[in-house]
Amino acid sequence: MNEPSLSALAPVCTGAEIRLERVSIAFGASRIVSGIDLSVAAGEFVCLLGPSGCGKSTLLNLVAGFLPATSGRVSVGGKPVKGPGMDRGVVFQSTEALFPWLTVRENVEYGPRMRGVPRVERAELARHYVDLVGLTHAADRLPGELSGGMRQRAQIARVLINKPAVVLMDEPFGALDAQTREVMQAEVDRLWRATKSTILFITHDIFEAIQLGDRIITMTAGPDARFKTIVQVDIGHPRDLTAPPAVALYRELLEDIASEVRRTLQAQGLARDAA
Amino acid sequence: MTTLDTDSPGVAAVKTETKTETEAVRPTTPFLDTRLGRALTALLSVGLGLLIWEMLSWRFRPLFLPSPRLTFQAAVELWDDGTLIQSIGASLARIMAGWSLGLIIGIPVGILMGYFSFVRRLLDPYVEFFRFIPPIAFVTLAVIWLGPGEASKVALILYTTIFIVTINTIAGVLSVSELRLRAAATLGAGRLQTLLTVIVPSTVPYMVTGARLAMGNSFLTIVSAEIVAAQVGLGAMIWTSRNYGKTEWVFVGIITLGLLGYVCDRVVRFAVQRLLRKYAVAV
Repeated sequence: MNEPSLSALAPVCTGAEIRLERVSIAFGASRIVSGIDLSVAAGEFVCLLGPSGCGKSTLLNLVAGFLPATSGRVSVGGKPVKGPGMDRGVVFQSTEALFPWLTVRENVEYGPRMRGVPRVERAELARHYVDLVGLTHAADRLPGELSGGMRQRAQIARVLINKPAVVLMDEPFGALDAQTREVMQAEVDRLWRATKSTILFITHDIFEAIQLGDRIITMTAGPDARFKTIVQVDIGHPRDLTAPPAVALYRELLEDIASEVRRTLQAQGLARDAA
Repeated sequence: MTTLDTDSPGVAAVKTETKTETEAVRPTTPFLDTRLGRALTALLSVGLGLLIWEMLSWRFRPLFLPSPRLTFQAAVELWDDGTLIQSIGASLARIMAGWSLGLIIGIPVGILMGYFSFVRRLLDPYVEFFRFIPPIAFVTLAVIWLGPGEASKVALILYTTIFIVTINTIAGVLSVSELRLRAAATLGAGRLQTLLTVIVPSTVPYMVTGARLAMGNSFLTIVSAEIVAAQVGLGAMIWTSRNYGKTEWVFVGIITLGLLGYVCDRVVRFAVQRLLRKYAVAV
């Protein structure tokens, strides 16, 4: 930060607050989520944890502006959400979200290009962000030529270059193998610390949530899902998942989610033992 | 470390095993699936066809069914006096002009119809009406309106190209993944920017499919158009052969059309593979 010329490149995006007030979403007669109140502080890292189909992604889509709330209010940085916007970057689970006809560099450059940033300037920006996520060697390759982990790095760089106040991550590492996922989690941890943006991270992986979140929120099983448990994670970074506090938290969350899964299975008449 | 050492003979054994496996696999590749095998199969197919043709020609007069030899001689004859090359040139020029114009108009129209539902509703009645009317139905009108010159032929090729290309392009626009549109929106792309930077590139494979189908249809159309009103061209050549009782010239015209169509499609495929590979066009 001492060099003024670099200040434009510094990846700091001042985070903004996300606020959901009494939010419900229904598609026709089926209620997906209801009565959601959530406040994510500027710069906070919140993980939404829960089994598939509980409405986590629906909440993320709501904040992203992909779908409207049936009732209630959603705002980011004090402004009501009316549609998708650059202030809320989204890292999608599917790597198909990258434009397959553009190289990594061109994908990363996409945001600045849409804003009309001059060619030379945006090339400089793109180089910086490609370096930041460790894809320097692959900058001129097409997404189809990259591994799953590399593609997610490219997606992250493409979002961060816009300096979004809020980064929404929808199970970004769900499709990666366990080893790559660990590396990527460490990367996100590092990037979040460097950018100070607000992150809403959706996952069904308890370890991932403990590794990353300031706060972890579990949800009841849908339909008509609500928040169930909110846990403040007071473990210093980098976190050791084999240390007692993390293990204790893991057990707590495991039971929390397992009870929801059991409840769903019982409701569907699929559970063998009604434990 | 010691455990690793004791394990290493086992590892080596596994390695040799896989090696013998790949060696065992290679010779079992069926001969017919090799490059040579496939080429020979195609050659055999063509040879058999020629043989059947030859045997059939023994039973009929040349006016009814000329033999392959007679047809080949006629082809050499027509080539030597310049008729064949002139006909190919004339037909190809009309096809290329009409087909290119069809792409230049059909693709943007398809994009607009796909992206703006108002435009789609506005033009849909016409697309759905005219696409069932074959170009040959318009041959007479084309001559009345545009004269017997090049314009009427090019217009008919344009007509046959445009609907296929437009309909395919619309289908492409409608199948652009929601995910890409969402990604563009969160990255700050406006509606027009999304159209140009996401919709158009995503639709390229559909445009190519439309263009290739239209190329085939252009060949069908050119013959009808030239039969009715043309001095030169493959269609005209086929038609005038009748006046001379030269059935073998008809055969030359037909075979030339088939080969020319095949070559044109190959050229399009080659160009697409070279130029549009990154748009994931499967050809």
